Amino acid sequence: MKDAEAAVSTVGLTRDFGSFRAVDGVNLDIPRGAIFGFLGPNGSGKTTTIRMLCGLLRPSSGSGRVVGCDIAREGEAIRRRIGYMSQKFSLYDDLTVAENLTFYAGMYGLANAKRRERVDAMIALADLRGRERTLTGALAGGVRQRLALACAIVHEPEMIFLDEPTSGVDPAARRRFWETIADLADGGATIMASTHFMDEAEHCTSLGLMYAGKMLISGSPDALKRELTVAAGKIWQARVPDSIGFLDRIRAFVSGGILDAYIFGASVRVLACGARLPADVAGAAAWEEREPTLEDVFVHHVRSSAGMEGQRCDA
Amino acid sequence: MISVRDAHKLYGNVRALGGVSFDVERGSVFGVVGPDGAGKTTLLRMIVGVLSPSSGTVDARVGGDGSDSKRRIGYVAGRFSLYEDLSILENLALFSRLYGMDAARAASRSRELLELTGLLPFGDRLAGRLSGGMKQKLAIAAAVLHEPELLVLDEPGTGVDPVSRRDIWSVLYRLNRGGVTIVVSTPYMDEAELCTRLVFLHKGRVLESGTPDEICDRFPHRILRVRTDVPETRRRLADFPSLSVSSFGRTVRVVVDGADADALPRLREHLARAGIAADVDAVRPTLEDVFVLAAESGRDVA
Repeated sequence: MKDAEAAVSTVGLTRDFGSFRAVDGVNLDIPRGAIFGFLGPNGSGKTTTIRMLCGLLRPSSGSGRVVGCDIAREGEAIRRRIGYMSQKFSLYDDLTVAENLTFYAGMYGLANAKRRERVDAMIALADLRGRERTLTGALAGGVRQRLALACAIVHEPEMIFLDEPTSGVDPAARRRFWETIADLADGGATIMASTHFMDEAEHCTSLGLMYAGKMLISGSPDALKRELTVAAGKIWQARVPDSIGFLDRIRAFVSGGILDAYIFGASVRVLACGARLPADVAGAAAWEEREPTLEDVFVHHVRSSAGMEGQRCDA
Repeated sequence: MISVRDAHKLYGNVRALGGVSFDVERGSVFGVVGPDGAGKTTLLRMIVGVLSPSSGTVDARVGGDGSDSKRRIGYVAGRFSLYEDLSILENLALFSRLYGMDAARAASRSRELLELTGLLPFGDRLAGRLSGGMKQKLAIAAAVLHEPELLVLDEPGTGVDPVSRRDIWSVLYRLNRGGVTIVVSTPYMDEAELCTRLVFLHKGRVLESGTPDEICDRFPHRILRVRTDVPETRRRLADFPSLSVSSFGRTVRVVVDGADADALPRLREHLARAGIAADVDAVRPTLEDVFVLAAESGRDVA
């Protein structure tokens, strides 16, 4: 029965700080085994939401369950069953690889035999066999990051929180990190990763975009891109000589129907309402349709939610 | 405008740069792309002229005679370096005096830049009370107050949300159109795509350089994209002959040899036999695909 229950479910989760509503009626339903990407600008309420989910902060109203426990009453039990890896890995540089893992295992209260077994499993997971006695301070960035993950999950948590886990890590190490995360999710763990970076968001099975305390949209990366095409329009790209001059002209002479227009390297991109470009724009360059990026999705939803002009398509 | 020739930098016995060469043409938006520790900041500091290479040369030809070349360069450091207890306008006024600008010129230039960055309504707000994106835009405004020919920025998009990041890039493109050459560092592939030319730096060496299109066109393999809702698809593709298989959420990217023309139908067949319902198509490699390959083979060189 327990397995059928979602890893995270909240109803109307709300938190006020004085007269400021940091989190405003958030409903979450994250199945076990999901890699949920939590997106949103700084100050949008992501951290406050995560603190409530970890049982560190009481909701002002609404309720939620994380790995089967009530977030308002069973914070202690939740914290034993989750792992947390922050952007600034909290590793001890003057301890060896094995010592860091043993330290974390001890902190989570793993007894001797279990502790040895888990430390060993984590050394394998982080691919650090043969380097158990290396001082952590001497490890390269990508390797430190794998060790930090291993420390965060040494107690076999059912749920893992990650905060911009691969910020600044080289692309090969980053790809490898997300493979490990995918394996953990396939093994039944649930992942919640908060990030600003669309590179990271692409690795998630579902995403939620938070803005001004509210969850604006959620769905898989592909579904969100498709939804943008249906609800707003398509992305078109063209190479033009003076891209800024071109964009200014488009903004000046177009009657409507362009939701977003921006420079993309040597090209310009526009998000246009519906299936076709307005005739005056269509004739101005050799346009090719492109798949929307998650950044296109993010920017469109944040801008329309902020009530910025020109973010709606008139029928 | 900038010429870097076999630049090395050692800090004690740590090698930050191990023989880097490239040119930046006037008018480019040039990207220095790479992970933390690749040597990006070291390289930018050399371009700005505050750090000398251990061997090799880094020349930024600005301002004609070269004597006051630093005055012709604007630099935005990775960490916010303005005065948090001064307002936006006070910060700009202070910088204009440091640059020795006359008051009337400083006022009109400040106004122009506040308009460009969208900060005009917030002139009296303390810098310490600005959001990350606004701070970054203020730092840019301060760095170009004296109309430099070259603007160097160290990771302006890091820690900034996508909406602000897009605003920042729009400011950079506008300055560029006004004649400013831009050199910008980033660890992120989506920002790399925004540059007109770039170098990919890894462990102090240049592994790739060119326009984003050139770099992607040189990629010798094909990428097949599998979109499915079936979990563990990546693992179940382990026995499909390929160079690499990696998952992005529910999407799996399969890298196959460029010469392998019928890989796509074979992959479709393989999935069908495994009972995995999926959309499969061939997609253009991204800069990330190229850099993963370059970083993996670069590991042996380093």
